[in-house]
Amino acid sequence: MKSPRRKIYMLAGYNTISMGTGRSEFNPKKGCRPLESYIKEAGQAVLERIGGADKVDEGVIGNFMAARFNNQANLPAFFPLIDDGLKFKPAISVEGACASGGLALISAIKSVLAETADVVLALGVEVQNTKKAVYGADILAAAGWNQSRKNGHAYFFPGVFSNRAGAYYEKYGKDRSRLAMSQWYVNAIENARLCYTAQEAENKKTKLLDMALEMPLNPKKFVDHLTVLDCSKVSDGASAIAVVSEEGLKRLGFKPEEAIEVIGFAQMTSNITQDPTDLTVLETTRNAVKKALEMAGINISQLGTIELHDCFSIAGIMAIEAIGLAEPGKGIDYVIDGKTKRDGEMPINTTGGLIGWGHPTGATGVHQAVTLWEQLTGKAGDAQIEICADRPYALSINMGGDDKTLVSIVYKKG
Amino acid sequence: MNYINKYTNISLLGAAGKMGSGIMALLAFEVGKLKIGAKREENFVINAIDVSPEALEGLLKYLKSQLLKSGEKNIVELREWYKDSAELVENEQVIEAYANDVMAMIKTSTRIETAYDSQLVFEAIKEDKGLKVKLFSQIKQNNPDTWFLSNTSSIPLGEIDKEAGLNGDIVGFHFYNPPVIQKLLEVIPVENINPDLIKFSEELAKSMRKIVVYSSDVAGFIGNGHFMRDALFALDQAQGMTNEIALADAIYRVDTVSRDLLLRPMGIYQLMDYVGVDVMCFILKSMQAAFSQEKLSHEILNQYIDLGVTGGQYSDGSQKDGFFQYEKGKIVSVYDIDANAYKAIADVKTANEAYFTPQPSEKLNWKTVIREREREGILSPFFNELKVLASPASKLAVAYGLKSKAIGQLLVEGGVAADTNAVNKVMETGFYHAYGPVNNFFE
Repeated sequence: MKSPRRKIYMLAGYNTISMGTGRSEFNPKKGCRPLESYIKEAGQAVLERIGGADKVDEGVIGNFMAARFNNQANLPAFFPLIDDGLKFKPAISVEGACASGGLALISAIKSVLAETADVVLALGVEVQNTKKAVYGADILAAAGWNQSRKNGHAYFFPGVFSNRAGAYYEKYGKDRSRLAMSQWYVNAIENARLCYTAQEAENKKTKLLDMALEMPLNPKKFVDHLTVLDCSKVSDGASAIAVVSEEGLKRLGFKPEEAIEVIGFAQMTSNITQDPTDLTVLETTRNAVKKALEMAGINISQLGTIELHDCFSIAGIMAIEAIGLAEPGKGIDYVIDGKTKRDGEMPINTTGGLIGWGHPTGATGVHQAVTLWEQLTGKAGDAQIEICADRPYALSINMGGDDKTLVSIVYKKG
Repeated sequence: MNYINKYTNISLLGAAGKMGSGIMALLAFEVGKLKIGAKREENFVINAIDVSPEALEGLLKYLKSQLLKSGEKNIVELREWYKDSAELVENEQVIEAYANDVMAMIKTSTRIETAYDSQLVFEAIKEDKGLKVKLFSQIKQNNPDTWFLSNTSSIPLGEIDKEAGLNGDIVGFHFYNPPVIQKLLEVIPVENINPDLIKFSEELAKSMRKIVVYSSDVAGFIGNGHFMRDALFALDQAQGMTNEIALADAIYRVDTVSRDLLLRPMGIYQLMDYVGVDVMCFILKSMQAAFSQEKLSHEILNQYIDLGVTGGQYSDGSQKDGFFQYEKGKIVSVYDIDANAYKAIADVKTANEAYFTPQPSEKLNWKTVIREREREGILSPFFNELKVLASPASKLAVAYGLKSKAIGQLLVEGGVAADTNAVNKVMETGFYHAYGPVNNFFE
């Protein structure tokens, strides 16, 4: 498809707080807020903004592992809990590991394109602090092939990306790589401080770069090539946004400039049972971004901001190379030179990304859309960046597993 | 592992007590390393021996929880240990298997005869020399090869050795509470110690990742040698104030000075509550025999024992009422001996405000200090100000600091500790002090 056959908009987004370590109100001993309370909070906030459940044609919810984190499946049936007006309306759930939120958006987009809906409530949710990290790692490992679990690392995904980091160090130099990864952490925290829903919003530590650089690698207790500061957060949270057609926008009584327009998207997978051909390259990500940009008919120099999937700092750097912002091996320089900072050449993850804002796995894809909607419509508050008129576009990349299930979307100021 | 045969059958006497439970957990970790980690073919047994069958049941629950915790912490290594068990895929399965495999090596018993089969006998029963001597000699008569590792915190091991006829097969292996967490281990060799036993002790302590401080075999050793005298000083100070104020107020003052002005993790009276006044009296009694020149007892302690106000801990680790009452670990009231009732700490605090005025200009506490690696720079100005501050509290603090130092020096001069370093290490590691008692802050 060259370009979408119908106009698609997103608006009225909402993020709950990303809850977990770092938030002062977080106390795992007292238990987590239940899954449904997050669904309800995010869903109701969007309904309130768009004028109630009557306006909604259908719902879609993205979630990765409520079945194990919360012993809960059949999530579509939570839509009527958000509002009784959603009872007897269509609702589905989608799963693609950490790209579940992105899949929820894609599913909503397809409903709009298929003309079966004009207003879709798209939601993503995950509550994962119900388990200690060591057991949560078992659950999250299912984003990889189950046959690889036994020989994988205790902390399976940190292990997978540690191997990628190790290969990258080997090829392009360890010291510069560690410096770039540390700078990535600094940017994440500095941006998170500007967003009150971010998990690291209250992080007041000084000398972040020194701290990240000096933190020793500890293969005996963790992985070989990453520290905990290279990792995304263990988070509870939900995000929701309305995905609508042009008719839908009118029905809700909003002007296009209050929304963002989806002008390109790509969703694709690669074989979960196969190892990457080159550990230093995110090949599926590269293809997904290329396809989304082609559909949008723009090039990367026209992008004003990007939300990308930095489940690990090294993944963030490899994503920069996959997008084409830097040559292979030059992603580290791109970061070290400050180009990804909020006032840099290409502001990336302006509210902290997965490392600073948080990573409620099934919600992350939707959270990215909400953040870009806020940035492009001037609703980002303290975290607002300047969006220049000649670069009114934004890109999101949501990744499930080790570069396996990808969703990439290109947005334009409405 | 040079002494592998010693590990195959271990007994711990007093296994279900506060210290015993912790030592059991440490021993369980050790046999786990041998059987599962190093894949030794020998069979291993740890006998948990205690007089109370109910407490032993509680012990098993505690051990399982400790093994799970340790498994969670060491999951990277555990997965390596179990890499050939194809059926153990998830961390949860591996950790559960580890806990079960180690638990299978633990047997409970209420009979001392069980220890006759053991090559190693650890002991953490109450501080009663007669009882220790009786049990050890009984075991030794039935198994001449047994080595004894005693957790006594005060009784000279040489005396036990002689009276029980152990021929140097005994060593003091004094853990601090809680043994699983506390890094300090006081090792006390008897004069005629079996050289293999001391080598073994070093090896075991290292494997347990303990910080070892050697102490001479003098009643009280280093830790209690310092703590008991430090506490007696505090008791004397409070008693001396009772001409003017009630004992409850005096106790509040001295406790607060020792915590807030000497920057200790808890006040000295709170520490006495933590240990238990009855336990303190046991320890003081055994120390008194070795130090006939010193008065190692106190009227206040005897009074409180008579009144049944002893502190100490319940089997679940919660604090019993003593000099103070506690809620969630915080002092809420202080015992008023004249009224035989507790009075609210807030009222006592208000009544004694003048004693602490003027306050030091900089607010410093133990928590802030221990976070710093270079402590001298923040401690010196704080203590220097205390020396010139006009409050009675700061005067007591300086006198207390000097006394604490004098006690440390006494331990070195009396040959209990090899040097002041050993004293400081014990107080910093075993008592979590932010600085050693032998210092120049209060000169």
